[in-house]
Amino acid sequence: DRSSGPRVSDTELRVYKDPSKDELPLLPEELVQDSAKDVTYICPFIGPVRGSLTVTNYRLFFRCTDREPVFGLDLPLGGLSRVEKIGAASSRGDVSYGVVCKDMRNLRFVHKEPEDSLKKSVFEVLMKFAFPVSNNMSLFAFEYKQVFPENGWKVYDPLAEYKRQGLPNESWRISKVNDHYELCDSYPATLFVPVTITDEELRRVSSFRAKGRIPVLSWIHPESQAAVVRASQTMVGQNGRRCKEDEKLLQAIMDANAQSHKLFIFDARPSVNAAANKMKGGGFESEDAYQNAELVFLDIHNIHVMRESLRKLKDVVYPNIEESHWLSNLESTHWLEHIKLILAGALRIADKVESGKTSVVVHCSDGWDRTPQLTSLALIMLDSHYRTIRGFQILLEKEWLSFGHRFQQRVGHGDKNHTDADRSPIFLQFIDCVWQMTRQFPAAFEFNEYFLITILDHLYSCLFGTFLCNSEQQRLKEEVPKRTVSLWSFVNSQLEEFVNPLYVHYPSHVLFPTVGIRHLQLWVSYYIRWNPRMRPQEPVHQRYKELLAKRAELQKRVEELQREAANRMASSSSERAGSPTRSITPVQTFV
Amino acid sequence: MICSGFFVTSGEVEFCSANPILKYTQDDLSQRGVFGTLFCTNFRVTFISDEKPQEKTDKTFKNKLYGENDIPLMCVDHIYGVYDEKRKLITGGLVKNKYPSKMIIHCKDLRVFQFSLTFSKEEDAKKIFQGIAHHCLEEKSLKCVFAFSYMGTPSPEMQWKQETVMFDSPEDWTQEMKRTKANCRLVTENENFELSQRLPKYFVIPLTIGDLFSYQGKGLPIWCWSHYSGCALFKASFPPVTQEDGDFQKHLDTMINAVAHNHLYSVKTEDLSESLPNIQDIQQSYNKFKQFFLIENSTDFWLSDVKWFSSLESSGWLDIIRQCLQKAVEVVECLEKDNTNVLITEEEGTDLCCVISSLAQIMLDPYYRTLMGFQSLVQKEWVAGCHAFLDRCNHLHQKDKEYHSPVFLLFLECVWQLVHQHSPAFQFSETYLTVLSDSVHVPVFSTFLFNSSHHRESVMKAESPLAQSGPLSCPTVWDWSVQFDSKAQNFFFNPLYLEKVKHDRAVRKPHKPKHQRNLSLPSTAFKTPPKKGFFKDETDSLKKMLRVKRLSRWRGSPDAPAATTREFFESWQHRPLDYHGLLLPCLDGPAVHIWMQRYLRWIPEVYILGGGSVAVMTKLMELLSQVQDLKRVLEQRDSSQAAKLDHRPYFQHRLLSFDSSGRLSSSFPFAYTCYRSFKPIIPTGLMQSLMVTDSLASQEDEASSVVSFV
Repeated sequence: DRSSGPRVSDTELRVYKDPSKDELPLLPEELVQDSAKDVTYICPFIGPVRGSLTVTNYRLFFRCTDREPVFGLDLPLGGLSRVEKIGAASSRGDVSYGVVCKDMRNLRFVHKEPEDSLKKSVFEVLMKFAFPVSNNMSLFAFEYKQVFPENGWKVYDPLAEYKRQGLPNESWRISKVNDHYELCDSYPATLFVPVTITDEELRRVSSFRAKGRIPVLSWIHPESQAAVVRASQTMVGQNGRRCKEDEKLLQAIMDANAQSHKLFIFDARPSVNAAANKMKGGGFESEDAYQNAELVFLDIHNIHVMRESLRKLKDVVYPNIEESHWLSNLESTHWLEHIKLILAGALRIADKVESGKTSVVVHCSDGWDRTPQLTSLALIMLDSHYRTIRGFQILLEKEWLSFGHRFQQRVGHGDKNHTDADRSPIFLQFIDCVWQMTRQFPAAFEFNEYFLITILDHLYSCLFGTFLCNSEQQRLKEEVPKRTVSLWSFVNSQLEEFVNPLYVHYPSHVLFPTVGIRHLQLWVSYYIRWNPRMRPQEPVHQRYKELLAKRAELQKRVEELQREAANRMASSSSERAGSPTRSITPVQTFV
Repeated sequence: MICSGFFVTSGEVEFCSANPILKYTQDDLSQRGVFGTLFCTNFRVTFISDEKPQEKTDKTFKNKLYGENDIPLMCVDHIYGVYDEKRKLITGGLVKNKYPSKMIIHCKDLRVFQFSLTFSKEEDAKKIFQGIAHHCLEEKSLKCVFAFSYMGTPSPEMQWKQETVMFDSPEDWTQEMKRTKANCRLVTENENFELSQRLPKYFVIPLTIGDLFSYQGKGLPIWCWSHYSGCALFKASFPPVTQEDGDFQKHLDTMINAVAHNHLYSVKTEDLSESLPNIQDIQQSYNKFKQFFLIENSTDFWLSDVKWFSSLESSGWLDIIRQCLQKAVEVVECLEKDNTNVLITEEEGTDLCCVISSLAQIMLDPYYRTLMGFQSLVQKEWVAGCHAFLDRCNHLHQKDKEYHSPVFLLFLECVWQLVHQHSPAFQFSETYLTVLSDSVHVPVFSTFLFNSSHHRESVMKAESPLAQSGPLSCPTVWDWSVQFDSKAQNFFFNPLYLEKVKHDRAVRKPHKPKHQRNLSLPSTAFKTPPKKGFFKDETDSLKKMLRVKRLSRWRGSPDAPAATTREFFESWQHRPLDYHGLLLPCLDGPAVHIWMQRYLRWIPEVYILGGGSVAVMTKLMELLSQVQDLKRVLEQRDSSQAAKLDHRPYFQHRLLSFDSSGRLSSSFPFAYTCYRSFKPIIPTGLMQSLMVTDSLASQEDEASSVVSFV
């Protein structure tokens, strides 16, 4: 039953089958904070509806009372980005409130101002609980204490994951240099580096790389030993500073792969921006200093451009879609063009590693936004393990969480400062790219679309601890794994909901998606899911499941008949021994 | 010169040839190619490579009439010549003396061929160029079309054709009326086309029409389909309304009244020429649209990728598709919700009337979503219904552009949208639609060669005595065995199709075409229709009280009807989806898509190796075949029931024994990529693609503000 448990509603308005139960299904430790009757919700699709509004420490719940069938609006407070009063009270004392959500919708309510001016209106309570961090309260994730059969915090064990890749080996070693996050506070404790580089040298490299984010291994090709290495930009500056340890490290990365005498450095930024960074002390590897290295710019724009692009996209899809200019409006948001550039970049990386058998170094400015987008997408293309449900979880834990994508800043959990320039939909963009790949390769991923949407919903919900904080170090400091539940505990306890029935496991398949805009689509079932006209359909999955069931049923009947016939034959043929047995046509057995 | 076995089609004659000709391989900028001989025959332009064909490419989906290096003459769209690096469109005048160094052929099925003529003897090159230009571009007479020389052997597998209702006999129409419980009159007076040459040989009209012969049948409401409530859809040719002829106006009123009489004295009329784009608009829009898919090299591809969406929009093609579907939904709403008769009209009554009436029928009647039903619908509305295929497709390369228009393709596009949105409701696949759209330009089938029934009969009669032996053997397109063997024909079936669950298996008789009608919706879903016979004893005065309603003039206020159909769509959408009931398309921008299979199948830049919907479809087909195998095993075993064998045509789905189905390209079954190395397609020219001039682009990633954290 989807109505209970920690789910984010997948349609805007959920119809209640049993209207007599008006109990709000509360989660453990969830407490009602306030509620108000006679609130009007201005639904952009069906018009104003009246009902009651309840605010808990986890969610906003609106229950319509004047319509049949009874339905409700149910969303976690973590999804709110902004709550504000719109205009002054009307002559009848009605006040309008606007709620801007992180998940592509805006809500509007109308409510009477309480006559007793001392009493807080339900919206004031809402503002308090929607932004706990700004109000010196803790996020609901720290209260929520549901117990699941599996502990999701155990999903990612770095040593086990590197061992799966065959590491350490004769060329790559574990370094303990960042064990206590002294070298780099945004990096994980476990780092893999070439054996020929000492920890002392790494320390020197760290002063030459932005935020100390030195080049370390992300993934190694099981056959060619070509490696995917990630880093931040070099601190070259205007004077063209060099660092011989950094040069040595990149040379060592190249040498660790005997198949190629070249190294590709992928700088995710447009070259203009990379050059501009020199003014601020940053920059990129010059080909003079790094012999045998080739630098390629991938032209992906920064977090501000992406935030603006998503804002435009929201304007175009919510609440109404302008029919006659839909395509040019979509184009003007540039959203799919950004997706194309990111996928194209990842494709080039994967191609160099797979077809060129060459090691690559990937970085942007700080190496925590565009870099994880590129490395994790390239890894999905290269390694089928990351296309399984658990493998994908490991990928997120590793490339995004342990390597310090600044989730707290980019999402702004519980923070009312909605204009914060650090917010940006970088992770959403990555999930969109993954979705594009699942569209192009419908049988190559173990998970379905619902899995991706669930991840995005809980990116904002603040129900699970997974996406809290900015780095591994902060998460440990806040004792997030101890004090909160992992999203993977929930997901892995009901895997069957997230499984793609069409999945076929091809262990060695590399996926090269097509990145032309012609093959990219807007992810309608995410970005336009609140529009009731865009009802998502998955007839293929449905039909496939039905056929699987049918096959199983028929197989059973055939086997029964076969057994019967075999028995009969055994009893009759005992007299005619010696004659060639007219064997039963062997029934194919299916996997 | 031509090796034996070259002429796959009997009746084919060679006109000219040249060797060596270099055919560029399209997916390659390096100007590499294959040498071979270029031929021009009365059927096609064909290129035969000097290299031994790689036997490895075992095609499961091979067209028997033409291969990947053949271009049926009718299929040639444009020819360009490259003269000193300059590309020129070849028209009649340019052919005279000079021949180009390179010849580029754009096909109507969107293939692009590029040949270098510089390697062969000047004489030969000139001859082949002029020959091809002449036979592909010059105006010609119908008799020169290959169909009249074609002497294919009638195939033994005629089952398909037989099950398709051809609507060329009174019985077919009677049967159709019976199926839909229509209460109309079959007209046999036009058997010899004495009434009108633009009307079908047989057709059906409202019961109350007495006078057939005035105005050469103009304005006669032709019955299309009856709703179970009793109301029906009619179409008619109308001269433009401005024609101020009192008598004719009176004639029209009589006709409208006759339609109204059909059921509950209600009618809505809709002049399609007023509310939809005309055939020239359609032609212009398609011409713009198709350019985006005629890609000659990968630089062009990536350049056009940047402005892809706005280019599409500027062509207006998707919008025309949307408008047609929208209009069809409006018609469906009248029939289904209001239970009123509908009369759609346009000047000829054989272009947009065919589009709209066929679409409405597909939405309302699940029979037309089966393969045989769909083919019968095309016969009924388009072929017997006198759509001017010859003129609209411009098979004879007439210079007069006024009559050309891809109206039938527009219809297929609309059907594809429905198939795309509601796949389990259709027995046929998108591959079937793609093949059908190609077949229009294969000059072998009688189906698409004529302008009307009268035209067909008169030409066939005139031609048949000339044929050396017996009658003209010009097959219909529905005889798919002419083009594909039975294995390939399996691709026409949609593995997602949900067959209607049959409860009374025992009662069902085999062999009979299933024409039973499925009610489009349980009638309680909308308001209950008033009881039939309510108006039985109505008086004339009562009739006058109920005014005949004209459908609103939609042009003036485009939003108003859209809002009501929007409501109609939403109320339909709120009910559980029944794939054997009423089917409506979602017409919001993001729901209207491009027919990728048809338009992108020859462009290597968009091939997804090991992916695309084909990956799913092959899996589904495999699974379906396993289920069918198991069923058969069970049936064979069930000896007690052996007598009752099912004689339905058995569609075998088990052809797909690929060594690795994970490695087919998304263009399957059309283009094959076996010869291509497994390499990703890296886009070029990304730099130009996204110039963000915003100040945001140059901002620092990290705002300098103090990091606020818990």
